[in-house]
Amino acid sequence: MKNLLEIKDITKVFGEGTVNEKVALNSVSLTLREGDFVTVIGNNGAGKSTLLNCIAGVYAIDKGSIVLDDKDITKLPEHKRARWMGRVFQDPLKGTAFDMTIEENLAIAYYKNRSRGLSPGITSKDRELFREKLSMLEMGLEDKMTQKVKLLSGGQRQALTLFMAAITEPKLLLLDEHTAALDPAAASKVLALTDRCAEDPKLCTLMITHNMKDALKHGNRTILMKDGRIVMDISGEEREQMTVEKLIEKFSIDNDRMLL
Amino acid sequence: MIMTFAAFLGSLELGMIYAVLALGVFLSFRTLNMPDLTVDGSIVTGMAISAVICAGGGNPFLALIGAALGGAAAGLITGLLHTKLKIQAILAGILVMLAAYSVNLRIMGKTPNIPLTKSTTVYKIADGILPPKYAGIVLGLVILIIIIALLYMFLETRLGFVFRATGDNEDMVKACGVSCDNMKLLGLALSNGLVGLAGGLLAQNQAFADINSGTGMMVIGLASVILGEVIFGTKTLMRRLVAASLGAILYRILLAQALYVGMESTDMKLVSAIIVVIALTLGLLGEKSSKLTRFSAKFIKRRVQR
Ligand SMILES: Nc1ncnc2c1ncn2[C@@H]1O[C@H](COP(=O)(O)OP(=O)(O)O)[C@@H](O)[C@H]1O
Ligand SMILES: [Mg+2]
Repeated sequence: MKNLLEIKDITKVFGEGTVNEKVALNSVSLTLREGDFVTVIGNNGAGKSTLLNCIAGVYAIDKGSIVLDDKDITKLPEHKRARWMGRVFQDPLKGTAFDMTIEENLAIAYYKNRSRGLSPGITSKDRELFREKLSMLEMGLEDKMTQKVKLLSGGQRQALTLFMAAITEPKLLLLDEHTAALDPAAASKVLALTDRCAEDPKLCTLMITHNMKDALKHGNRTILMKDGRIVMDISGEEREQMTVEKLIEKFSIDNDRMLL
Repeated sequence: MIMTFAAFLGSLELGMIYAVLALGVFLSFRTLNMPDLTVDGSIVTGMAISAVICAGGGNPFLALIGAALGGAAAGLITGLLHTKLKIQAILAGILVMLAAYSVNLRIMGKTPNIPLTKSTTVYKIADGILPPKYAGIVLGLVILIIIIALLYMFLETRLGFVFRATGDNEDMVKACGVSCDNMKLLGLALSNGLVGLAGGLLAQNQAFADINSGTGMMVIGLASVILGEVIFGTKTLMRRLVAASLGAILYRILLAQALYVGMESTDMKLVSAIIVVIALTLGLLGEKSSKLTRFSAKFIKRRVQR
């Protein structure tokens, strides 16, 4: 498989030169191949979200380069990178426009890579397509398409956001603890949906999770971050042999929040 | 004491104009979720341009377009200060409002007041066609309906969708490949364009432009929006646009009524402020307890109908 994302030596420092100076990413390099589904684990403050945000262009990096599909995107602003990336945030409020309807939200995501001119925001053909695709989520959202998103539960919102992130089949799917705010039942539903989104069609996925079991269960590769560096990168045989206990032992992770 | 029928018609006529202002304020405060204080300046820009063109014998309809463009320019500058120079939205608005005072004076040829009693205005043209008693109301209503229709159509386009989402959730808009800065520029220009148009209409309606008449306009616009929301609801997009307009009209009626219960015309700013406080309180209660608001709204509605 061909390399899709090449991150070379990126460094991100917050509050440089102040007492609060924090090196959130310290010369991180990471290469993702097409179809990779990589899970990311690590302590609070290890730099996981910063890594994702630097890839998405939320923060400009201080050093290094980011190449996506042979195109150097290091200097591109966030909204210009977005055409190749789908994102789901930890906070279920962050992924959707709460005062707009489900179908309006979907339409905004659906027209991501097309002109935003004065043609109708949503057509009846779009509605049909959305209804059909939503019914595959099996969350009953297809019957609520004209309901405002603020009326949905956290799980429904995350499912919708995930669906919106994947609908344009981006090159890269970036998920930042997108199930952390959900109750266990909703979380497992959204995770199952994540697997489906990442599989068909095969989207290159980077998923941060605080749950080590999930990290080993989903995807084909797992990386562990610590103090702004990637300190473990396993896949294949090595990953299959890995267990949560061994992970804790190996990297002396605080296991209060991360164990289950 | 209830106001006379003529006074009621007068406040309806003014209400149509203030409804345009309210729609402008709705775009910035509600759709973009941005407190924009440019309004007190851009409305006078609209008045000044409108008055200068009319006084110079120009086409009063062109004068209105000029007024809208002038207001839009002011909004665009606020937007640029905010998005490019990263100045806080409130401060950017205040700065432009301040600067607009000098610019407006220059537009008016350094006189603080331009009378239009001898010039052709859209209202005088309407008076010649329709019965003068209702001409102003009909003209205002036609303009208002056109604006609501255009605004509604725009907000239902692809561009309109992301524009609306910007006020809800900037992260989502960026994640969907759209620059929030561009949306804010567009929104502030549109919003103040409407405000400028309202100013242009106001100058022609009262047959003068005054450099000091911008004070408190933003507050009046916001109060109209909130009053409309509390009483007429926010369920659909069309409902919200109509509610903001009706809020403005209701506001004018309340103000006119205050004169008839013994307030002096010099007390009007005080009355304005009181209406705003009541509207804001009702809006606040609305967030806390929709039940109580519905009750007070019903109460007010009954009062108004009586
Ligand atoms: N916007 C920011 N400004 C300043 N410091 C930040 C910012 N974002 C993250 N940090 C700091 O960078 C470090 C890494 O944070 P983050 O990437 O969010 O960690 P996590 O692995 O928990 O997602 C933390 O010490 C955090 O305090
Ligand atoms: Mg994080």
